[in-house]
Amino acid sequence: MNSLNVSLPGLELKNPIMPASGCFGFGREFSQLYDLSQLGAIMIKATTFEPRFGNPTPRVAETSAGMLNAIGLQNPGLEKVVNEELVWLEQFDVPIIANVAGSQEEDYIEVARKISASPNVHALELNISCPNVKTGGIAFGTIPEIAKNLTKKVKEVSEVPVYVKLSPNVTNIVEMAKAAEGGGADGLTMINTLVGMRIDLKTGNPILANKSGGLSGPAIKPVALRMIYEVSQQVSLPIIGMGGIESAEDVIEYFYAGASAVAVGTANFVDPYVCPKIIGELPELIEKLGYEHISECTGRSWKKLEKTAHYCS
Amino acid sequence: MIRQENCKVISQIKLAENIYELTLQGELVHEMKEPGQFVHLKISEGYDPMLRRPISIAEISPDESQFKMIYRAEGRGTALLSEKKPGDYTDVLGPLGNGFPISEAGRGNTALLVGGGIGVPPLYELSNQLVNRGVKVIHVLGFQSAGAVFYEENFARLGETYLATADGSAGTKGFVTDVINRLNIDFDVLYSCGPTPMLKAIENQFPHKKAFLSLEERMGCGIGACFACVCHTGDDPEGFSYKKVCSDGPVFKAGEVVL
Repeated sequence: MNSLNVSLPGLELKNPIMPASGCFGFGREFSQLYDLSQLGAIMIKATTFEPRFGNPTPRVAETSAGMLNAIGLQNPGLEKVVNEELVWLEQFDVPIIANVAGSQEEDYIEVARKISASPNVHALELNISCPNVKTGGIAFGTIPEIAKNLTKKVKEVSEVPVYVKLSPNVTNIVEMAKAAEGGGADGLTMINTLVGMRIDLKTGNPILANKSGGLSGPAIKPVALRMIYEVSQQVSLPIIGMGGIESAEDVIEYFYAGASAVAVGTANFVDPYVCPKIIGELPELIEKLGYEHISECTGRSWKKLEKTAHYCS
Repeated sequence: MIRQENCKVISQIKLAENIYELTLQGELVHEMKEPGQFVHLKISEGYDPMLRRPISIAEISPDESQFKMIYRAEGRGTALLSEKKPGDYTDVLGPLGNGFPISEAGRGNTALLVGGGIGVPPLYELSNQLVNRGVKVIHVLGFQSAGAVFYEENFARLGETYLATADGSAGTKGFVTDVINRLNIDFDVLYSCGPTPMLKAIENQFPHKKAFLSLEERMGCGIGACFACVCHTGDDPEGFSYKKVCSDGPVFKAGEVVL
């Protein structure tokens, strides 16, 4: 039997593993390596209304157990994403989650309206948490009232469910999650990157041309787990978890924290085959841990388990 | 086609100050098409370093399923790589990128190959392939000092070879462009790999010549998905059009991208 299929608002996933936005482009590069139809879903690179070139280079810097990036939402713009990238992706049997970004409210709304009408886009990921753009982006993700209003307006125009991507760069993550829920979000994705910096010893300057960038990779996994643990107990929305996932064990840890699906980001750069590898390893691990289906794992770290009660009686 | 393979270390030789030649064996050698392509190495199994390291291919030997890389042990990743011993294995993703177009130089043509520092290695396989095509090759290689020079004799076996060093301890004191000017070298095609200021100088000096330049940039994925290593295009220097160094390059026609 299939122990991996998951149903979420707008998404019937054959498995809960998907590449995270910004780490997979629009899939073309990875399609040279494996059949993208194996994936549960694909979170495509953030799309803005106008094309964006992004930041000057260097755009990446390595850190202990992680990396910093400051790409700056480079993308070909709404029209090309809808008419070229999404059309190209239709050849694969995989639902697309479109990451929607902008620097002002109208941008988000226009992108959400048009991109949600594409036949293979099954959900939106509202990017209110990119740390690498000067205007908009993270401001929408750090002030609860602004996040709530934006979510509401995007919900009004979107033809598919809306997942709000939360920033960890806030004092109170639960407050932000509740704001998204209050705005009518159908789900949450968390977490985006943590703002960080590295400095070059020779020049004395920050390595990234943008100076600061978003920290991702295994280094941020404990932060993400703690936030999902807190949020999943306080809001009733399903959570797609992300941050440093690179193995089947990591996936189960995220489910235990409260996630219902997960996204794999930085690990795609280290091992380009990591997503199919994890998908292949999960059924055995689930069985070994004594579950019939992966969905039984969601919230295991804080839920009173019926199974445990049964065994005790 | 791109492959991922654990390749066996055949030899590791120190060539000059912090410069190593590493020979690996693996089936992915048979996917290597052009000189100037690179491989992406996962050097450590853990998180230090976590990301792969892009390293250019210096020589391809399909008969033995082997290839050589020449690299400078500078950061954490390459320092660890220099500790690999024969019989060890290393995780290789490749071949990646597009290399130097050898078909641009025909039999009887003269190709000028200009390398700077750790940009010299890919020119060696290039020179080999050009010589096999009946192309006359001239090499101008720049290094910091005599202690950093490598492969001078290997290049000399293939064609005329001139050195430039920053401190004058070997060859001409100064830059590779000083050597080219002094000798007034005539050529049909120019191929170059090295630091960006050197590539800029070459591009400016020969605006009407056929020239191909190999760029270096910090990379994430190495396959074109992460958008870390992009540059503007020559025909739209301020706009939205771009090339990715890893998957559109690393070799570009002079003028194709903004250096």
